[in-house]
Amino acid sequence: MNEITLLSVISLGALGTIAAVILYMVAQKFKVIEDPRIDIVADKLPGANCGGCGYAGCRALAEEIVRKESLDGMSCPPGGNDVMKDIAAVLGLEATEQDPTIAVVRCNGSHENSPPKVRYEGAMTCAFAHSLFAGTGGCPQGCLGCGDCVVSCDFDAIYMDEQTGLPVVKDNCVSCGACVKACPRNIIEIRKRGKKDRRIFVSCINKEKGGVSRKNCKVACIGCGKCVKECNFEAIVFENNLAYIDYNKCTLCRKCPPVCPTGAIHELNFPPRKPRPETKTEPAQA
Amino acid sequence: MKTFTLGGVHPPENKFSQNAPIRELPLPETVTIPISQHLGVPATPVVKKGDTVKTGQLIAKGEGFISANIHSSVSGTVQKVDEVIDTSGYRKKAIIIKVEGDEWEDDIDQSTDLIKDCALTPEEIIKRVNEKGIVGLGGATFPSYVKLMIPKGKKAEYLIINGVECEPYLTADHRLMMEKAEEILVGISIQMKALNVSKAIIGIENNKPDAIEHLRKLLPGYPGISVEPLKVKYPQGGEKQLIKALINREVPSGKLPIEVGCVVHNVGTSYAVYQAVQKNRPLLNRVVTVTGKSLKSPSNFMVRIGTPISQLIEEAGGLPEDTGKVVNGGPMMGKALSNLEAPVTKGTSGVLIFSSQETSRKTMLSCIRCGRCASICPMGLEPYLLAVLSDKKRDEDCEAERIMDCMECGSCLYICPSGRPLLDHIRIGKGAVGKLIRSRSH
Repeated sequence: MNEITLLSVISLGALGTIAAVILYMVAQKFKVIEDPRIDIVADKLPGANCGGCGYAGCRALAEEIVRKESLDGMSCPPGGNDVMKDIAAVLGLEATEQDPTIAVVRCNGSHENSPPKVRYEGAMTCAFAHSLFAGTGGCPQGCLGCGDCVVSCDFDAIYMDEQTGLPVVKDNCVSCGACVKACPRNIIEIRKRGKKDRRIFVSCINKEKGGVSRKNCKVACIGCGKCVKECNFEAIVFENNLAYIDYNKCTLCRKCPPVCPTGAIHELNFPPRKPRPETKTEPAQA
Repeated sequence: MKTFTLGGVHPPENKFSQNAPIRELPLPETVTIPISQHLGVPATPVVKKGDTVKTGQLIAKGEGFISANIHSSVSGTVQKVDEVIDTSGYRKKAIIIKVEGDEWEDDIDQSTDLIKDCALTPEEIIKRVNEKGIVGLGGATFPSYVKLMIPKGKKAEYLIINGVECEPYLTADHRLMMEKAEEILVGISIQMKALNVSKAIIGIENNKPDAIEHLRKLLPGYPGISVEPLKVKYPQGGEKQLIKALINREVPSGKLPIEVGCVVHNVGTSYAVYQAVQKNRPLLNRVVTVTGKSLKSPSNFMVRIGTPISQLIEEAGGLPEDTGKVVNGGPMMGKALSNLEAPVTKGTSGVLIFSSQETSRKTMLSCIRCGRCASICPMGLEPYLLAVLSDKKRDEDCEAERIMDCMECGSCLYICPSGRPLLDHIRIGKGAVGKLIRSRSH
């Protein structure tokens, strides 16, 4: 070994040692003490980083839970009650049971119900189409059908039905709310999933006068108010020519869908009506 | 010959109606006058259902600094003040008037005699232009009186008059220059007086040699005004491009032409200013070109504001059977109409009819990085990049890439060999960045 090699090994070794000592001391000085429970909670969360809880991601929610030491108002839509219970058990807290929710598309202006009057050829994004024109069917509040909601979904839980031109929410929706934000017309709403996935909602958000909205779409809410009179639980709010069913008050009694003259009120996942025929509906059909 | 240096495209001119004299369109049965026909705050209606109005009567008052008065273009009874479907299919508030006869306000001079001398002071001129609801008739409909008021500390050197009409197909300004040249020149002199400038340049592309010659013949009677022929290139009618072409000055990014001592007005606006100041006549009508390859008789009409567009098409030979698209404006910047019953507004410069073969967009292919959009962008932007950034919602990066400088001329969309909807994405980005900027100031 010649002298230069020896010298360089020694000098670099010394340099390395000094640097290591400095780094160690700096690390000690500026040590970030983090609650170990954050890691534990973050591990329990699904790690989808969907933002459905209202925080920037799963870790942000974990930090918030540990900092507040409470689970009040916290929820994890993809994980559901199970995940929250798990976290509660780890931290020795109590989780509030929350009703599972799902995204609901409140427009039924399919190609058939709202026939296209014009053709759209621009960029296939709802954001642009919305700024450009009312929509092919003419309804200024209806679905544009360009699929911004489909693009926004991280869970592959919404798809575009080619036949109707409307988005359809699949059962695996975690109600993170990404599609709600993506829709420029606020058509999609997060609603309670309901018992056995049964839901009743008004599938229209058009606030125009009845005659006007009906001209563009066969199944528009025309604001007649019949459903409001039919409801015994004051669950239907009527405002600006539009009925809205409050899912917290609705008891799923199924009285309002038959009275809607345009069929704008949808009921999902119910058994067929036959077994419990209401006396009222029979003469109407005859 | 002069032109602007950066970018530009050469779409086919197709000026079919350039020799068709301006015809007065017969009065429609009803007119629909929207209360928002200008940039800025919508006007407030001052008439109600059942009122009788005369031609030229004020029916909606402009409120706020950037706004414009709106006058009745016909005489008759107000049927209703309600929301009607506009050109895009959305409902906008408008005043609907049933036409009965044609009785004008008494103080309007209806004669066609030329009045050359203007005794009004600059302040009075600006006041008159404001009162009579004059807006920029080139298409952007910016209230004209705002442009005539020079901000403190700035000085105007040149009045630039836009007679370029760089949009293919459109010939409204061309015909106006041929038929109302003297009135336009008087209008320019009035604007010069209001701005206190001694030099005015009318820029005209050299595909209109007859207009250049005609105006030049009349120039000796009007000191300070000159006519400058320009090489044909789109979008020369853009304010910044026109200033660069005529006096070789560059307006800085995000600034107005007054920054380099210029004020730009359209020839149509100059004519309207003449009418307002010398004849006391509000903006009641405008020249609209109705054209298209498949149309029987492409024409130029003098149309009362509020006339349904369908009537214009009817008058020009009816809607051809194979029509695929009707565009409000020119082919480059115009927007497709989704409702032909929509009315002509102050900003309608043309109605363009495309057959179904001409209209369809190219199928969208991948970007091949040819860079043509960047090489032709008259603002020196990179449209392919802006489109991607806007698509990825990177609004801050869009802003850094000067997306707000885009004037939506459509050159990038025209040149793209892959048929990508570049401008559509840029428009979304502009909307998002605009929101971002507004949220910062709050």
